[in-house]
Amino acid sequence: MKLTLKIWRQKGPKEKGRFETYKVEANPHMSFLEMLDVLNEELIAKKEEPVTFEHDCREGICGTCSLVINGQPHGPNKGTATCQLHMRHYKDGDIIVIEPYRAAAFPVLKDLAVDRSAFDRIIQAGGYVSVNTGAAQDGNAIPIEKEQAARSFDAAACIGCGACVAACPNASAMLFVSAKVSHLALLPQGKVEARRRALAMVKQMDAEGFGMCSNVTACEVECPKEISVTNIARLNREYLSSAVASETKV
Amino acid sequence: MNCNVTAAWRASRRGAYMANPCFTQIHPTCIPQSGDYQSKLTLMSESLRNDGRVWVPKSQEDAKAIREGKKTGNDIKEENRDYFLERRYPAFGNLVPRDVASRAAKVACDEGLGVAPTGLAVFLDFQDAIMRYGKSKAHSMGLHNPGDSKIRELGEQVVEEKYGNLFEMYEKITGENPYKLPMKIYPAVHYTMGGLWVDYNLETNIPGLFAIGECNFSDHGANRLGASALMQGLADGYFVLPYTIGQFLSQEIRTPKFDPDAKEFLDTEKDTRERLERMVNVKGNQSVESFHRRLGKIMWDYCGMSRNADGLKKARKMIQELREEFYRDVFVPGAINDYNPELEKAQRVADFFELGELMVVDALDRNESCGGHFREEYQSEEGEALRNDEDYAYVSAWEYKGWDEDPVLHKEELVFENVELKTRSYK
Repeated sequence: MKLTLKIWRQKGPKEKGRFETYKVEANPHMSFLEMLDVLNEELIAKKEEPVTFEHDCREGICGTCSLVINGQPHGPNKGTATCQLHMRHYKDGDIIVIEPYRAAAFPVLKDLAVDRSAFDRIIQAGGYVSVNTGAAQDGNAIPIEKEQAARSFDAAACIGCGACVAACPNASAMLFVSAKVSHLALLPQGKVEARRRALAMVKQMDAEGFGMCSNVTACEVECPKEISVTNIARLNREYLSSAVASETKV
Repeated sequence: MNCNVTAAWRASRRGAYMANPCFTQIHPTCIPQSGDYQSKLTLMSESLRNDGRVWVPKSQEDAKAIREGKKTGNDIKEENRDYFLERRYPAFGNLVPRDVASRAAKVACDEGLGVAPTGLAVFLDFQDAIMRYGKSKAHSMGLHNPGDSKIRELGEQVVEEKYGNLFEMYEKITGENPYKLPMKIYPAVHYTMGGLWVDYNLETNIPGLFAIGECNFSDHGANRLGASALMQGLADGYFVLPYTIGQFLSQEIRTPKFDPDAKEFLDTEKDTRERLERMVNVKGNQSVESFHRRLGKIMWDYCGMSRNADGLKKARKMIQELREEFYRDVFVPGAINDYNPELEKAQRVADFFELGELMVVDALDRNESCGGHFREEYQSEEGEALRNDEDYAYVSAWEYKGWDEDPVLHKEELVFENVELKTRSYK
């Protein structure tokens, strides 16, 4: 199949970017990133600079790939990261527009790669639990009911890719932060830091320049891991309770 | 590419020993190759073999018809199927270890019985599991005389609960529905049991350089068990290192702060800059990716699921020639001070050449078949691995001597005090 790609090219964070048009011959079995690999090999053969895009595991678990494809983060399919999107969902002659995530807190580094280290700083602010090293604790000593564990697990499925931010008209990171807070808040291991976690993570989120949540819920629709917006309600609850209960100033 | 050997290999170039590099785990349940452009052969969880039955058609004609798309797995009658793992290993059936299952799949495909267009795939079939689970579900629901379609529907629900995410992943990649058609799988490289040599305190032979988790060689022997890489990271980090690193640090308490302008730092910086410049300045005609693929093909063909001395010798020469060609003709676009993923990839591939050669050297040294290392010369009449505990019960720890010199072998003898060394039979 012959495709026309309109790809955002930008030399560096301070440079002005623009769309460039490329033609590529793809095979329906290719993944979207493999199609870009083919394009890059062609560009390299012509001694041109290849398109920079991020990728690593290529099986939807690392959260490194991004891309806004025809206006949708991670492309058209539900519950799918860009690396899991295959070209059989496109047809011969299609025009595909590929852009980086657009958000003030995710500055473009080069072409389609953005700097998502704001997420790392949010995690550093509170997305962890303290665990003693030494003898392992007996698993039976901390019983957790199945449904509770499943809810925590569903929140923990967040791969931190940032599609929620890219999808949100306010570039809010609430779905990401709420998934990380929920994952830990639902388990007994997370109770130690519970009083300060939500406060600290939200404070960092605001400092990074992410917008506010206005319940658009586009984040849930585009999330490759189908994280539910009910987590945002839980975050708000956690935030309120930690604002009241926190003993240390955050 | 973000998961690579660079950190460990850099340590090895500075004198840390690299142990057991030839032990490579080939995972049996991966999605088969579909084209040259493919960036990875996605691994599906081993748990699939709990319920899936591995088979190929008995006749080459049937296999050919499937390859050409004239038949599907469902068209092959029960009596014309060869459930080769169940046949060869009746005691363990489809649950034999990864190396055994992988080699058996290779043997079947080498005999012309492969079921993908490339000839490199076997079936992993859930039809029996679906019907079995469906029957027991119907029974527990108190349904009397449920029809086949009801049983199938219930069975598919049970299988979906157990493996739903894996089936979904398979369908996303291949576009085939594994509830209706048997899955196609083929072995692919998964894990290297080898890594930096460490002692019981997880310290390498370089004082103060500790290596924990997957980058060391310590826990997996010649063939790692499922899920044990995660276990190793946790065990090393939670239960070992906190008790051992303190010993080293206690000696260092009076060591003054290092001067970042010390000769060692400046030399290393210069070294790195020269290495980067060298690659960008080649300005040849071939992409980094093309070298990576050619190296991968050499490793897969000669140092993969089965190896032999002639092939390994040939592979070593091919790797050396390819490496020379790389430094003569690679094209790395962009500059060294930019965000330059191609330059980064070139660094990784340059390290892979050296590690790849060491894997071949280690595989040549080990004249036995053991775990993830199968030498064709050392097999029983039935094609099973033949170990040689008399001569090879040692960890091979290799010392780097320079990129054009032979590495030096140090042996750590394996001493068993409480257990007897035995060969396990899966028959």
